[in-house]
Amino acid sequence: MPDPTPGVPVRVDPRGPRFAAVLTTLVLLLVLLTGSGVLLAAQAVVFALGAVAGLRWSPYGWLYRRLVRPRLGPPRELEDERPPRFAQAVGLGFAVVGAAGYLSGVTWLGIAASAAALAAAFLNAAFGYCLGCELYLLAVRSRARLSNG
Amino acid sequence: MSDPTGLIVAAVALTAATVFGLLRARRDGRLRDGGRGDALRLSSGELGAALGERATLVQFSTALCATCPGTRRLLAGVAAETPGVRHVEIDAETRLDLVRRVEVMRTPTVLVLDRAGRVVRRASGAPTRADVVSAVELATAD
Repeated sequence: MPDPTPGVPVRVDPRGPRFAAVLTTLVLLLVLLTGSGVLLAAQAVVFALGAVAGLRWSPYGWLYRRLVRPRLGPPRELEDERPPRFAQAVGLGFAVVGAAGYLSGVTWLGIAASAAALAAAFLNAAFGYCLGCELYLLAVRSRARLSNG
Repeated sequence: MSDPTGLIVAAVALTAATVFGLLRARRDGRLRDGGRGDALRLSSGELGAALGERATLVQFSTALCATCPGTRRLLAGVAAETPGVRHVEIDAETRLDLVRRVEVMRTPTVLVLDRAGRVVRRASGAPTRADVVSAVELATAD
């Protein structure tokens, strides 16, 4: 499932990732309340689809297009898909670690990783603040420092 | 469900995120004093572009930055309608030397330079148009 035109950044309705963040917040809240590693693993699959295949392949993106967008009208502007997609990859990391924790009995790890992901998803849902996107430059800076010695 | 740890941790995480979000919303994009004591000064050689005759709006961006395109439009617009003011956009990833020197921690970071390249104001996060216009007035006032 490659992007429609490779090389050209895919542009998305910015309200889509915001809606997805609301659903992600609710799912992660449910994970913390129930301690369900299986539910967190399912959320990891959602993150993986968005990060690897593209936001349009995420189930939350599909729900947005089918249920929400028809009621909202066209977006005022489109945004580059790469920042929210990078954030999905960050979320995937936390979800995988958390699910591994819950499912292997290391419950504190599951709780800690879920809480971190919940805080990030909630910041995006409530304030439109994409923590994963902000981490990008810091990641590049520290990588360069490591390779320069 | 009998163990309340998850519930407590969730409440703490949401509270912390709310406090952080509110603080961030208040500070985000605010143009503040450029420096402590001796102001940071950038040359056209460092920027890789000529300084504006009266002021320069320097924007640090990355490809993975959702608010950078909006800031680009805003700053380019202000530069276009203000004589002697230039907008210079720098790709933070390819200019890590400058990123370190200016201590850029996130994008967009906006610097408002006076005619000599001194940093008069700086903002991390997307600034508002009114803030940019008044910072340019400050930078061009002699």
